[in-house]
Amino acid sequence: MSPTALGHLRICDFTGQLAGAGATRHLGAFGAEVIRIEDPVREGKWDILRGSPPFKDERRGIEFGSGFQNHNVTKRGITLNMRTDRAKELLRELVAVSDAVTENFAAGVLDRMGFGYEQLSAIKPDVIYVSNCGFGQVGPYAGFKSWGPIAQAVGGLTFGSGLPDQPPAGWGYSYMDHHGGYFMAIAILAALVHRDTTGQGQWVDMSCTEAAASLLGPSVLDYTVNARPARREGNPHSNRDATGTMAPHGIYATSGIDNWIAISVRDDDEWVALTTEIGEPWTTSERLADAGGRLANQDVLDAEIDRWTRGHDRHVLAARLQALGIAAAAVARPEDRIDHDPATEAWGLWPTVDHAAMGEVRVDGLPVHLSETDWVINRATPTLGADNDYVFGEILGLEPAEIESLRDEGVI
Amino acid sequence: MAPLDGWTVIELSSQATAFAGKLLADMGADVIVVEPPGGSPLRNLGPFLDDQPGPEHSLYWWHYNTSKRSVVLDLEDPEGRVTFEALVADAGILLEGERPGRLAELGIDYPDLVGVRPDLVHCSVTPFGRQGPRSDEHVTDLTILATGGPVWSCGYDDHEIPPVRGGGHQGYQTGGVWAVISILTAAIHRRHAGAGQHIDVSNHAAVNVTTEAATYSWLVAGSEVQRQTGRHAVHRPTTPTQVQCADGKYLNTGVPPRRPEEFKVLHQWLVELGLDQEFPLAPLLELGGTYENIGMAEIEEDPMIAEVFGAGRDAIGLIAGRLSANDAFIGFQSRGIPVGPVNAPEDVMNDPHFIARGFVVDVDHDDVGRSFQYPGAPISMTGSPFAAPTRAPLVGEHTEEVLGLLDPEHR
Repeated sequence: MSPTALGHLRICDFTGQLAGAGATRHLGAFGAEVIRIEDPVREGKWDILRGSPPFKDERRGIEFGSGFQNHNVTKRGITLNMRTDRAKELLRELVAVSDAVTENFAAGVLDRMGFGYEQLSAIKPDVIYVSNCGFGQVGPYAGFKSWGPIAQAVGGLTFGSGLPDQPPAGWGYSYMDHHGGYFMAIAILAALVHRDTTGQGQWVDMSCTEAAASLLGPSVLDYTVNARPARREGNPHSNRDATGTMAPHGIYATSGIDNWIAISVRDDDEWVALTTEIGEPWTTSERLADAGGRLANQDVLDAEIDRWTRGHDRHVLAARLQALGIAAAAVARPEDRIDHDPATEAWGLWPTVDHAAMGEVRVDGLPVHLSETDWVINRATPTLGADNDYVFGEILGLEPAEIESLRDEGVI
Repeated sequence: MAPLDGWTVIELSSQATAFAGKLLADMGADVIVVEPPGGSPLRNLGPFLDDQPGPEHSLYWWHYNTSKRSVVLDLEDPEGRVTFEALVADAGILLEGERPGRLAELGIDYPDLVGVRPDLVHCSVTPFGRQGPRSDEHVTDLTILATGGPVWSCGYDDHEIPPVRGGGHQGYQTGGVWAVISILTAAIHRRHAGAGQHIDVSNHAAVNVTTEAATYSWLVAGSEVQRQTGRHAVHRPTTPTQVQCADGKYLNTGVPPRRPEEFKVLHQWLVELGLDQEFPLAPLLELGGTYENIGMAEIEEDPMIAEVFGAGRDAIGLIAGRLSANDAFIGFQSRGIPVGPVNAPEDVMNDPHFIARGFVVDVDHDDVGRSFQYPGAPISMTGSPFAAPTRAPLVGEHTEEVLGLLDPEHR
């Protein structure tokens, strides 16, 4: 078995949904022992994805939500009823042997349970505590709540996805929950680096809206430097090139229903190659010969390209344009990229795990390969309290009879 | 001190690495960005200061190269490669986005570089990874996001309108964020075990696993999500969650109320605003106030619960349409109902919350004799804050000071 990068680390993990659970999942894939804590009284349903659709088959219930199942692979799962004093004692014992405590409750929730940074660091002085919520724990909106779609709206990402004369298209999913998780993973890792250097732990106050705003790209400077607001006529037009160098640059209809191709012509040589391929008189127009002319005439250009692509199969056309050196790709449906893309298959991007309730399921892999300490996803998401015996027994040293009485008393 | 104080990273300038290099630099690493003679091609990318193109006017360059130092090196020249190897040997971390095969052709790839730095962490960020069936394809941010999944899920209810690529270079940035996660992981391993390694980041894989339910709906249930205006793509249509407010701006209403308290305060606010008489579903809100928390699965399975859930959503839409986006945002949130305005970048930079948290930072531009506001740290680390960002370097601005510290035979 190859070595793991983070096998020496243990994370005491209250995260859920995707913005939090997605962070510790990746650290688990690199070997960290992630112990996810859930509430036995509410059967872990604080996490909205526990038991939520889509489902693999006709079975329903808290162990069958496929999002939950995807986001919590690699972890151990325990239950603690934090309304009881005994559970709080057990949590203190677990914190004492953990490197980091992570959560993405609404602001202040863990503090009110008696486990704010002050209390955590009293238990373990070099503890790393990462809280992650929509607006952070300080500031005028600190008490406000958020979901992924709200974080990406407030942070500016939703606005930047759309076409003229249309409402914002936004992101058709919680893009910011993924990135909230990624940035939270960075926060945990960077704090570990700092701890290794200085011996000091810390509290990280992550705000998903802030992480979102850091993803807006150079359009922010177009406002702060050039005083050009993004909220203006004709903007956004986000299928076009934001760097002002490429045209045509768009998504065009192809044969069939709801089939599309993305084409970017990066320079004049590629344009010449494309005009030869199209072979229609309009392509030789003088005003389209250089990038400046094509950028100035994008409405006409896009209409002509779209008329041409409609007669072609998206996959065949993409391959032909690639052969000419042009950046082109079919807009992939889920089936295309998951079951018929040789690149995702060769990468091993969809590992299979054996879930105790759902059976075999495929999940997201990681988009990186490390030559010495690569990721491994072979532990399925734990069912509620699945690792109580291991964690309370082997890590905290309780006898089986003691664990049984914790169950009887409703502590776990 | 910043979390990566004391680190040195060599970055070969590219679109694939720019954001990762910026994050590492803003976290305190000394990131030395290596540009070819004449400057990085990224300097040709707009927008530009005062709309005047030029290598020192690119706001693309400015944005993605804060806090870095610049060294000009010609890697086509053997002497340039000797210097490059010396820089990598000193730094111990290399970040590059070169075409697969290029560094090997030049004799400065990972197997060569471990000769000068055995515990090197070498991170490559490429469109499809360094090897594999599609690694030679031509890409842009647009085509990565199209072939990798995000585009399929984004757009409008009307499927005659093309699907949409979200702005902000998210294809490159997502790969960049994964480069940072991987480099930090490899660095922790190196400190613990003493060994370096090569990291292969695929932009295509990165956006593939950044598509949420589009992927697991197919993986687990074999169902294909369909894009919808301003809300989640799902396998069957849902009702809108994006409302245009009285000032023309949009409000995202997120997941509508599911808790009895939320139905109660919503009903109460409707009454306060005098809107309950024109909202025939008001009694359903009162009913919702008597329910237990509503589960997502129940909405699909119980028609009455679906009605109550829908009434909550419609009431939010009615109120939002009568107020400005900001008043609606503050009003709903202060009543415990999560909604958010669809902010443009300028709204973010002028927002009191972002300002109060220190997200909006001033960066001194002595190069043009002004100072400008920049977006600040994405993460607030109270014990080791990100470094205050400094302006992006001029072409080769630090060549002399960096090479001057090398052994003379390597300059």
